[in-house]
Amino acid sequence: MLRFIIRRVIVIVPMLFIIVSLTWVLVRLAPGNFYSGEKKLAPAVEKNLREKYGLDKPWYVQYGKVLKNIGRFDFGNSLKYEGQSVNQILLRGLPVSATLGITAYLIALLVGITMGTLAALKPNSWLDYASMTLAMLGISIPNFVLGPLLVLLFSLTLFWFPPALWNGFPSKSLVLPALTLSAIYIAYIARLTRSGMLEVMGSDYIRTARAKGLSERQVVTRHALRGGLLPVVSFSGPALAFLITGTVVVERVFALPGLGNYFINACFNRDEPLIIGIVAFIAISVLVFNLLVDISYAFIDPRIRY
Amino acid sequence: MKQNPQKDDRGQIDSADLHIGPEYAVAERDVAELLTGRVVSGSSLWRDAWRRLLKNKLAVFGLVVVILLALGSLIGPTVIQRTTGYTYDAIPKDASLLKSFPPFRGPDGRFSFAHPMGTDSAGRDILARVLSGGQISLMVALIATLVSLIIGVSYGAIAGYAGGRLDELMMRIVDVLYSLPYVIIVIVLLALLPAKTPTAQLAQLFFALGAVSWLTMARIVRGQIMSLKNQEFVLAARATGVSTPKIIFRHLVPNALGPVIVYATLTIPTVMLSEAFLSFLGLGVRSPRVSWGSLAAEGAQNLAVYPWQLIFPGLTMALMLFSLNFVGDGLRDALDPQARRD
Repeated sequence: MLRFIIRRVIVIVPMLFIIVSLTWVLVRLAPGNFYSGEKKLAPAVEKNLREKYGLDKPWYVQYGKVLKNIGRFDFGNSLKYEGQSVNQILLRGLPVSATLGITAYLIALLVGITMGTLAALKPNSWLDYASMTLAMLGISIPNFVLGPLLVLLFSLTLFWFPPALWNGFPSKSLVLPALTLSAIYIAYIARLTRSGMLEVMGSDYIRTARAKGLSERQVVTRHALRGGLLPVVSFSGPALAFLITGTVVVERVFALPGLGNYFINACFNRDEPLIIGIVAFIAISVLVFNLLVDISYAFIDPRIRY
Repeated sequence: MKQNPQKDDRGQIDSADLHIGPEYAVAERDVAELLTGRVVSGSSLWRDAWRRLLKNKLAVFGLVVVILLALGSLIGPTVIQRTTGYTYDAIPKDASLLKSFPPFRGPDGRFSFAHPMGTDSAGRDILARVLSGGQISLMVALIATLVSLIIGVSYGAIAGYAGGRLDELMMRIVDVLYSLPYVIIVIVLLALLPAKTPTAQLAQLFFALGAVSWLTMARIVRGQIMSLKNQEFVLAARATGVSTPKIIFRHLVPNALGPVIVYATLTIPTVMLSEAFLSFLGLGVRSPRVSWGSLAAEGAQNLAVYPWQLIFPGLTMALMLFSLNFVGDGLRDALDPQARRD
């Protein structure tokens, strides 16, 4: 187990290196620059700008600086948001995205597992069909269609929730974004739970649990769910990556000041330090999270050994 | 071979049906053809699968909707142009028509069949735009899936057949790629390197989407090939001196086709969604071309005043994805009864 963890942690470093290098190469290959706006700058101004941001140095010096910065978790200053460091922007955007993502995922776990379990306990009943059709709808309606539709209904027609506002965690402003983001996870988790539970409910250890006289409720909650939820746990790894793309859209739909919004703007602005900072940050969190998911398997399912 | 595996009440297939793997269906037929000298049309794997698919009402519903929407997108724009003159980018000459009309409303505010989905802010017919958008969305989805299919099948088949060190290395690379946040990299790629022409932009989209969606396919194919490669028909092929590439692509891959088709069908809606996602962010299909994603993006901006600009493209796309997913699920149940439903 320890060897497995160490090996995986070591792998993270070269992967981060690849991702960051790829991003850097793309930024550099791209025509234009962060200062190449609609107006052409005077040559002297351009020269000064290039000097100020070290763009006049040879490429390996600049590349080396990028790598050094990442090693120290200090991504330098943003080019577009003048006077702000990338770290400040990350710290400002992260709480928004994290709050949104975690709330949405918790909603999805709660609703999805309930739906999936109910469907699995009575397969081929109307409850099963209803929840699986609902799940299919959740997978099929893109979040950038669902979000605006919810806004249309609940903000512009019923006036229950604000259409675009951010007030932090327990607030009305979180409801619509979190619902929009959670829809597809509710759907995936419900389907995974259903298939996982179906498989487990037919297995020997459930028969044993029933045979020793446990109530059906105990059989389901104590024994079946533990094995049946394994697919959901393994989904949590890729889910984080999906969640990040989801938040990009939802933050744009609801105009929330999260990392996703900063990231898209940074790409359009060619704000190199900010792009690399956010990419590196996302990559690190995805890699670390995947590792945690793999480790958690071993605790949930004692049959898994590394 | 038993023809109709009965599902028990837990939705699982009776284990007695599982002894016959798809690989024998082809081999059996080959032998029969060899012995009799003519094409044997017995109950094949595909015919069985087709019959099982037709029994699945939701899958049939999905299939019908997919065909209707695809046909509509394919011929609809031409039909509309011939009959009414509306196209996805034809802006009316009359200045009083340069605004967004609600569905089924004419310029005088009364009921009219001219624009069943209304018009957009430039007076363009939304129905024509949705159908044209469908063309692009479908094309991107199909070609990107094809790209992912080619990469994934070749990669998985080679890794699975080679085994050993090479397999280990190739699959480790897949593991590594799996944990990359590749959507982020695609966004960087498309935002920073915009193509010069709309066609080049589309090509970029095909490859960007195809290149990131082949991983699961590679894993599936590898697993199939590994279970097939030690069987007698491969040994026979090798004994008769068939070359390795030919064994892989002519003997092994066709036998793994079931799961490949199932997964490819499920890749189409995923890719379509990714395309729409990128177009929504302004990175995918660009004006004057339209796709369902770019139409939805446009509609979302005018949501408060002209909700129909979002509702029609958005719901059409949702209906397509919904149906494609049902078809994919149905195909999985029909072709690959052993697969887990998740």
